[in-house]
Amino acid sequence: MPDQDAGTSRTPLLEVRDLKVHFPVYGGVFRRVVDHVKAVDGVSFKVPQGKTVGLVGESGSGKTTIGRSIVKLVPVTSGKLFYQGSEITPLKRKGFFPFRKKIQMIFQDPFNSLNPRMTVEAIVAEALMIHFPEMTRSQRRERSADLLKQVGLEEEHLNRYPHEFSGGQRQRIGIARALSVEPEFIVCDEPVSALDVSVQASIVNLLQDLQEKLGLTYLFIAHDLAVVEHIGDEVLVMTEGKIVEQATARDIYENPQHEYTKKLLAAVPDF
Amino acid sequence: MAKNGNRNSSSTESPSPLLDVRDLVIEFRSRGETNLAVDGISFEVRKGETLAVVGESGSGKSVTAMSLTRLLPEEPVCRISGDILFEGRNLTRCSEREIRKFRGKEIAYIFQEPATSLNPVFTVGNQIAEAIKLHRPEVNDVEKEIIRSLDLVKIREPEKRFRDYPHQLSGGMQQRVMIAMALACHPKLLVADEPTTALDVTIQAQIMDLLRDLKQKLAMSIILITHNFGIVSGFADKVIVMFRGKIVEAGPTEEVLRNPQHAYTRALISCIPRMGVRQKRLTTIDYAELEKAGDQRLTENRNNGANTVE
Repeated sequence: MPDQDAGTSRTPLLEVRDLKVHFPVYGGVFRRVVDHVKAVDGVSFKVPQGKTVGLVGESGSGKTTIGRSIVKLVPVTSGKLFYQGSEITPLKRKGFFPFRKKIQMIFQDPFNSLNPRMTVEAIVAEALMIHFPEMTRSQRRERSADLLKQVGLEEEHLNRYPHEFSGGQRQRIGIARALSVEPEFIVCDEPVSALDVSVQASIVNLLQDLQEKLGLTYLFIAHDLAVVEHIGDEVLVMTEGKIVEQATARDIYENPQHEYTKKLLAAVPDF
Repeated sequence: MAKNGNRNSSSTESPSPLLDVRDLVIEFRSRGETNLAVDGISFEVRKGETLAVVGESGSGKSVTAMSLTRLLPEEPVCRISGDILFEGRNLTRCSEREIRKFRGKEIAYIFQEPATSLNPVFTVGNQIAEAIKLHRPEVNDVEKEIIRSLDLVKIREPEKRFRDYPHQLSGGMQQRVMIAMALACHPKLLVADEPTTALDVTIQAQIMDLLRDLKQKLAMSIILITHNFGIVSGFADKVIVMFRGKIVEAGPTEEVLRNPQHAYTRALISCIPRMGVRQKRLTTIDYAELEKAGDQRLTENRNNGANTVE
């Protein structure tokens, strides 16, 4: 990992260059590759340190695939990903390991993304065992309790299981899990889409507070333009695997250029 | 069965409402504890009218809807009291046999997640046919009726699509199938329980447009259940706001939206992010404040509900 501390202000924390992710489609008698689904088809953008970049698009537009490819949950077909100026695309499991600590993810569905058989402590502390092997059991517990307090839960919640919590509380556990390894960059994959509007507001506020306190950088994926416009410094609009518009949050609302952006804007309930 | 002697107490307008719910109480019992899900609510829906029930999860809005045709668990687990008058008939006193004539036929439902509401092993045509065969035995050409109902919800090429399995359709299309199924028996009342929550905003707008369209075309009454005030405006004629099993505010939609009286309604409206309004933080609901400032009764009732041990 080349250290580029001097240039962090200019080097974006994450840079995506001409990213393509194609999934093969199998068909015929011999299950040969007959076609490709171009989930992400030539996408480039930068995420500056300490900022939030919002990514909007409808389901099937490829926005989640971008988020997943950054943390290597899906293989990249072509294109390059740079983290603090160093390329992470060719890294294998071991080489990518230090970046797993720096890049974390928060998932959409708080009901399916937490293991129902693990206690909250086990969920939050699991990554600590991997990335901080020197920590003792009691240190891990202390750190987990601390994390829960940071996301607005209580220490006594450590011994409970996910089913005992509401949707919003589960999402807070998911956030605590992501924060446990002291990441710099968090991919938020529709973190509020499954929640009530009132709970959505409190989770969005929590994410903003944490960003301020810990200096985090977010890639915030959502389908609701109103939420992205609120939290994002910059907004990327995506459809059919391509970014069709890229502008500041204010410009997207005041002066949308692309047809699809206008359509998204029209879909936001107005009252 | 007619039990409408006590109805002239509040009837201000002449036509009797399609649905008249009075003092509805729903309690759930488990492990000796009683939880009051709905605490004595009353509302009515007139013919051709759209009522929106707004509240957060846990406020009792879905159980209210399900109680109408007794979709909730049976007596020891769940107790329903109060009157549910549908066209003057008290549904709470109907036998199981009788209520099946209302369920799906007179009062139809659309549920939140189309993917889990549809049966994955039957074609969508098959599932629509089931409802038609049960409730409309007079229909001879069922296939034609299915195609007509799919056409009504604007599914393109319905004569091909009705042979599809649910997994071959997108979320928005699945929800359209659900609506087609609900409408196939010409219900007088459609209960849409969070019909767009699982969908993208663009699809949400399409589904709401479709419902708006159908409402006019078929002149049916709709109960729209949602947690989002955003989709209520321009759709519902009147709104009731539920908080912890009680109605805290009720009135014509525009009035409630423009001039909310109850602190909870105000909080629920203000927590929706708005385009073009730069605010540093989103407003959240401060429950402690609500309890302190507003209804003392709310807290009392909640405590009673939680502590009643039998």
